[in-house]
Amino acid sequence: MEETKFTPQTWPDKPEQATPEAKNKFVGIWIFICSDITLFASVFATYLSLKDKGPAGMEFSAAELFELPLAFVMTMLLLTSSLTSVYAMYHMKNYNFKGVQIWMTITVLLGLGFLALEIYEFYHYVHIGFGYTQSAFSSAFFTLVGTHGLHVVVGLVWIVCLIVRNAKRGLNLYNAPKYYAASIFWHFIDVVWVFIFTVVYLMGVLG
Amino acid sequence: MSSVAVANKKGFGATLWDYLTTVDHKKLGVMYLLAGTLFFAIAGLEALFMRIQLMFPNNDFVSAGTFNELLTMHGTTMLFLAATPLLFGFMNAVVPLQIGARDVAFPFLNSLGFWLFFLGAIFLHLSFFLGGAPDAGWTSYASLSLYSPGHGIDFYVLGLQISGAGTLISGINFIVTIITMRAPGMTFMRMPLFTWTTLITSALILFAFPPLTVALFFMLVDRMFGANFFDHINGGNTIIWEHLFWIFGHPEVYILVLPAFGLFSEIIPVFARKRLFGYSSMVFATILIGFLGFMVWAHHMFTTGLGPTANAIFAVSTMAIAVPTGMKVFNWILTIWGGSIKVTVPMLYALGFIPSFVAGGVTGVMQATAPLDYQLHDSYFIVAHFHYVIVGGIVLAIFGSMHFYWPIMFNRALNETLGKWTFWFFFIGFHLTFFIQHFLGLMGMPRRVFTYQADQGWDLFNFISSIGAIMMAIGVLILVFNIIISAKSKPLNCRDYWGDGRSLEWALKTPVPFYNFKQTPLVRGYDPYWLEKHEGNEEGMTYAEPLGDIHMPNNSVLPLVMSIGLFVAAFGALYHPDGVAWSIPVIIIGLAITVGAMIVRSLKDDLGFHVHVEEIVATEEQLYGKGGNK
Amino acid sequence: MGHDTQVQAKTKAQFEYERHHNAVHMRKQVINFAIMIFLTFLAFAVVVADFSAYFIKPFILLLAAVQVVLQLYSFMHMDDKKGHHIGVIQTFVWFGAVIAFTFFLTFLTIIWW
Repeated sequence: MEETKFTPQTWPDKPEQATPEAKNKFVGIWIFICSDITLFASVFATYLSLKDKGPAGMEFSAAELFELPLAFVMTMLLLTSSLTSVYAMYHMKNYNFKGVQIWMTITVLLGLGFLALEIYEFYHYVHIGFGYTQSAFSSAFFTLVGTHGLHVVVGLVWIVCLIVRNAKRGLNLYNAPKYYAASIFWHFIDVVWVFIFTVVYLMGVLG
Repeated sequence: MSSVAVANKKGFGATLWDYLTTVDHKKLGVMYLLAGTLFFAIAGLEALFMRIQLMFPNNDFVSAGTFNELLTMHGTTMLFLAATPLLFGFMNAVVPLQIGARDVAFPFLNSLGFWLFFLGAIFLHLSFFLGGAPDAGWTSYASLSLYSPGHGIDFYVLGLQISGAGTLISGINFIVTIITMRAPGMTFMRMPLFTWTTLITSALILFAFPPLTVALFFMLVDRMFGANFFDHINGGNTIIWEHLFWIFGHPEVYILVLPAFGLFSEIIPVFARKRLFGYSSMVFATILIGFLGFMVWAHHMFTTGLGPTANAIFAVSTMAIAVPTGMKVFNWILTIWGGSIKVTVPMLYALGFIPSFVAGGVTGVMQATAPLDYQLHDSYFIVAHFHYVIVGGIVLAIFGSMHFYWPIMFNRALNETLGKWTFWFFFIGFHLTFFIQHFLGLMGMPRRVFTYQADQGWDLFNFISSIGAIMMAIGVLILVFNIIISAKSKPLNCRDYWGDGRSLEWALKTPVPFYNFKQTPLVRGYDPYWLEKHEGNEEGMTYAEPLGDIHMPNNSVLPLVMSIGLFVAAFGALYHPDGVAWSIPVIIIGLAITVGAMIVRSLKDDLGFHVHVEEIVATEEQLYGKGGNK
Repeated sequence: MGHDTQVQAKTKAQFEYERHHNAVHMRKQVINFAIMIFLTFLAFAVVVADFSAYFIKPFILLLAAVQVVLQLYSFMHMDDKKGHHIGVIQTFVWFGAVIAFTFFLTFLTIIWW
C-alpha cells in the first residue's frame, strides 16, 4: 500500500499522517524532541554556571571572545534554512516532488554554510589558545555549541540520505512522513539556536 | 517469518538467530527478563559478600578496596541493569496485550533498546576482568570519581552511557506505543493501571535520562579527554555533577517504583475479585507523582550547603509527594476491603508490599525534614530507607508479577507451594536485614564502610542483618528452582489462568500467537475482559474488524550491529588516557559501524510483511486445535 | 494495518480548495518568517546600540521566547488541531519546557563558589 502511485488528485490532505506507521513517526519525532529539550537544558545550564570560569588569571571572557557579525550571519543562514524546509513541506502537500527535492537541497546548502562558519569559528578560537581543555568555560562552550553542531550534522546526513534515496521514485506514503520528520527535526535545531544566539552570543557580549 | 509460528521445531542456530534479530515484543520481554535475572543474581551475590564481610567486626573476608567495588557495582547493577530491565520485561510482554496492539510502535527501536542495554551492561561488567570495577559508589560523585585510579570509573561512565541510550530509546517507544497503538475504544481513561504507570514512567525516562547522558559525557571528557567541567583548578565545579546526577537520580526512583505500583494495581483487583477502587484518582496520583518527581532532586543534597531557602523549598516539595502516594495506598486497601480474597502467591506479595512500602515511605518523609537529614545523612538509616522502598516496593512487585504473568509469558505456571516458601523466606529475610539497619543508623554507623570495631553496640545488629541477607538468598534460590521445574512442566494452553482476569491480556489464549490478536478487539469499557465474561462472551472479546490480512514488522540484525559498534568504540575511548596508538582508530571504527548501520537502515525500505488469512487460520488451528481460538 | 489506508480521488472543488488553502497557509508562513527575521534583527540591534544591560537581557530573552513559540506553533505545526494526538504532544513539550526552566533556575541560584 505504501508503494501506491498517487496523482495530485488522490494524494491525501495530510500525507505525513496518512498511515498508522506515519502517525507513529509523527508522534515519535515529537517525543524524541521532548527528550532533546532536557538534553540541551542540561548542557545550557552547565554553560551558564561555568561561563567565564577558568584557571586563575584566565585571559578569555565571553565579552571579548564572541563576535556578533559572525553570529548574525550564522543566525540568518539557519533561520532561512528553516523557511526553505517549510517550502519543501508545502510542495509535499501539493504532491510536487521536484519542489520538495529542490527546497530540501537548498536547506542542506544553507545548513552546510552554517556548519562551515561554525567550524571556522571553532578553528579561530582554538588558534588563539581557547581550546577545549583550556578551562571550564571553554569545555562548556564547545560542548554546548558543539552539541548543537552535531545535531546540524545529523540533520544534514539524514536529509541528504532522503534526497538521494528517493531521487528516482518520487513521493509516496512511505517516504512522505520521513521527509516531514526530518523537517520537524530541522526546525528544532533552529529553536535551539535561537536560545544559543540570545544567551551565549548576545548576552555573552554584554558580559 | 510467518512460517516461524507454524514450524515449531527448529535447530539451535536458527532459534539463536531468531532471538538475535527478533523485533517481537513478547520475545524481547523474555530477553529482558532473562538478562535482568542474570544481573539481579550478580548484584545479589555482591550484596551477600558485603553482608558476610560486615557479619563480624574487623572481618577480613574482602579488602577495603574490593568492598568499595562491591558496593558500587551492587547499587549500579541493581538499579540500572536488574530492576529496570526486569520491569521492561513486563512492560514489553504485557502492555501491548493490555492495549490491544499487535506490536509496539517501533519494533526496530525496541530491539535496539534491548541490545544497547545488554551490551552496555556487559561492558560495565567486563571491568571485573580488566583492571578493577568502579569504586566511587553508584552516585559516583565527581570529587571522588575524578581522581579514582585505574579504569573502573571509565567502565562505569561508558557502560552506563550505552545502556542509558537503550533505556531512553525504549522509553520513547513505549510512550508512542501507548499514545498511538491503543485498540478502538481503549480511551486513556480505560487503560489498565499498569499501562498508565508505564506511560508515566516512560515520560520520566524521556526527561530524566538526557541529564544523565550529559553528566556522564562530562565525566567522560573530563577523565579521558582533558576537559574541565568538574576540575576546580581550571574553573570547574563538582556540584554540577551532583545536580545533574540527582536530576536524573530522583526521577529514576519513580521510574522504578511506578511500574511496581502498576503491577500491584493489576494483581490486587484480580485476587480481591473487585474492581480497582478509585481508578481515576489512581491515574491522577500517578501523573502527580511523575510531575513532583522532577521537583525534588536537591533533597539528596541537603548537606551540600545549598542554603536554607533551597533546602526549605525542596523539603516541602518532597513531603508533598507523600500525598499522591498515600492516595494510592488507601486505594489498594479499599480495593481489598470487602473483596472475596484469594491468597495466591502474587496476592501474598501484594499484601506484603503495602506495609513494607509504607514503612519505607514514612522514613522518606523523615529524611525530607532537612534539619533531621543532617543527622541521618550517610548513615545506615538511609540504607534501610531506600532498601525498604526498593526491595519492599520494586523487588516484591517483580517477584509477584513473575508468578502472576508467567502463564502469559511462557505458557507455564510457577509452583504455588514453592512460591509461598520463596515469599516467606524472602519477606522475613528482608525485614530481618533492613529493619534493624534503621537502628544501626541511629546509633551512628556510617554507610559504605567496609568494617567496624567491636563493642560499639553494632556487633549483634550487624550479625542479625547478615542472617537476614542469607535468608533472602535462600528465597531467591527456591525461586530459581521453581523456574527450572516450571520449564519442564506441561504447557498450560489455557485462557485466563487465574480465573479472575480483568484486563485484555487475559482474554488471549496462551501461547499467544506472534501477531497477538487475530482481529483487533473493540474495547467497550474499563476492565474489558471482565465486561465480556460477564456478558457471556465465550471468545473473551468483541472484535473491531473482520478477519483480514495482518501487517507485521520484519526481523532485523541491524540493532545488534549498531550496539556492537558502540561497544567497540567504548573500548577505544576507555584506553585513550593511556596514550595507546589504537584508541582513536578504534573509536572511529566503532562509530563507523554504528553510523553505517543507521544509514543502511535509512536507505533500505522496511515495509514489513503481511500474514494472510489462510496462514492465520492455520496458525490458530496449530496452536489451539480445530476451530482456533474459540 | 495496511488496509486502513484508502486511496480516494478528491473532487475538483475539494482539490482546488486544498490547493488554495495550502497557498494561503504558505503565505502566512512567509509572514511569520519575516517577523522572526525582524525579531532577530531587533535583538542584535539593541545589543549593538548599547542600552542598559538591565533592559537588554529581559528584552532579548522575551524576543527569543516569542520566536521559539512562532517556530513551534507555525513552522512545526503545533497549532494544527487535526494533527495526530497534538494535545498529548503539546503537553509533553510544555512539560519539558517547565522542567528545563527548573534546571536553569537551580543552576543559576544554588551553584556557586
